[in-house]
Amino acid sequence: MPVLKEETVAIGSDADVVLVRQLVRRRAQELRFSLVDQTKLVTAASELARNALEHGRGGEMLLQVLQDPPRSGLRLVFADQGPGIANVELAMKDGYTTGGGLGLGLGGAKRLVNEFAVESTPGKGTRITVTKWH
Amino acid sequence: MDRIPILRMGEFLLVTIQVDMHDQLALTLQDDLTAQITRTGARGVLIDISSLDVVDSFIGRMLGSIASMARLMNAETVVVGMQPSVAITLVELGLTLHGIRTALDVEKGMALLRASAAGRRRA
Amino acid sequence: MAVSLTHLPRILERHGDALLADWIREQLQAKSRTGAIKEGELREQCAEFLRLLREATAKGGTSDVSRPEFEPLRELLANVSRSRGVQGFSPSETAKFVFSFKRPLFMRLREELGRDAVALADETWAVTELLDELGLLTTETYQKTREAVIARQQEEMLELSTPVVKLWDGILALPMIGTLDSNRTQVVMETLLEKIVETGSEVAIIDITGVPTVDTLVAQHLMKTVAAARLMGAECIISGIRPAIAQTIVHLAIDLGNVITKANLADAFKTALDKRGMAQVPGR
Repeated sequence: MPVLKEETVAIGSDADVVLVRQLVRRRAQELRFSLVDQTKLVTAASELARNALEHGRGGEMLLQVLQDPPRSGLRLVFADQGPGIANVELAMKDGYTTGGGLGLGLGGAKRLVNEFAVESTPGKGTRITVTKWH
Repeated sequence: MDRIPILRMGEFLLVTIQVDMHDQLALTLQDDLTAQITRTGARGVLIDISSLDVVDSFIGRMLGSIASMARLMNAETVVVGMQPSVAITLVELGLTLHGIRTALDVEKGMALLRASAAGRRRA
Repeated sequence: MAVSLTHLPRILERHGDALLADWIREQLQAKSRTGAIKEGELREQCAEFLRLLREATAKGGTSDVSRPEFEPLRELLANVSRSRGVQGFSPSETAKFVFSFKRPLFMRLREELGRDAVALADETWAVTELLDELGLLTTETYQKTREAVIARQQEEMLELSTPVVKLWDGILALPMIGTLDSNRTQVVMETLLEKIVETGSEVAIIDITGVPTVDTLVAQHLMKTVAAARLMGAECIISGIRPAIAQTIVHLAIDLGNVITKANLADAFKTALDKRGMAQVPGR
């Protein structure tokens, strides 16, 4: 699938989470996503960036603009070198949390996008890929 | 350091969130608000989020905490002006903000606070 | 397979005006809906086609329309068939623009090459191939244009079929009619939420009297809308739940939880009037 554009944002502090939100919003607007779709993707990005920050000790987001005529899409890859997720299935469940939150992060983010994939190796890190199509 | 201003309107406090909040700013707002409730003896808090185009679970959680803390200090919280796209996203995310009162705009939110304060005085 | 065109450029050069006149006559005789196109416009399109065809064949000398020298001609044909597609011409009427050129052109070929049977056969074959390719191109563009028209009409239908009406100060109603698929429900719900903000209405009645069936997915969308409206500070009432739908809802074990439901719009309206001016606490 042709990738039109690629950019990377480092996630090292909570100000970077704001930068992630702003970049994703800008690209989603450029692709003329509907307002609801923009909001869903930006919210998912915010959840995953914070996840990388809190559980992965920081990391980065790779943003790709995809072209698959007649569709266009945005793919976000969040990668960290944190402790990883021991039980991915469990972590996807609503209410599961290690960070003291509501535990809606991963499962919630999944419901906001079209495609969602988690690869995690305990001790090595986590890689979460989400895609939203327009 | 950045701070979100808190306005006092009679016995109520009004907060208008206009910036894309980073997490620290949200936590500071939580501290400032609870301090102000104590200092002013406010009976209600109105949080206008009509300028926010994203509310993620962190901010949602913060709104919930503010409401719970305020209730412990005998103040009612109303969140007003949530955009439709934000509301749809929050529902999809699974966040229904249990127990937070909502209103369409500042005026309706104020009316709600006034009615509720009057009700509590009668009781 | 591209075949070389040996004589066509010369013939187009020499007999351009006569060919144009013959071709236009051919099309005007065929009539059908060509009447809908002004003769002046038709003449312009034909003249432009001839000019571009002459240029392209003079440059390349083959019947391969995918080559760059055919680019302007391809564009012209795309424009012609697009405009005909929008004007409601049938696909064959649109394709005839190119195919009607065959007879006048073949007559010229015979006049010019009549004495050389081999040359006539070769050139006729090459020209046929060229014009067939161009004809197919018009059909393809035509189809794409029609698809775009259909998509737009579907969108317009969607908007038409879901009017949000103001019943009273602060009370909206959304009478839903027809089958609800997931996609349509979503659009409808977004429209409703936007109207709530626009009009500052605190109560919205979703009337599903005109909806034949409700499945799990649609019920879920309805529930989500109610939840989203509450987050915004408005309350929804669902009315018009007919016996069959009530049965489905129970059989599918769909939990309408704390949603206010009424049998008909009148009851819902009464409830809405009672509620007016009172904001809601979500999740209770």
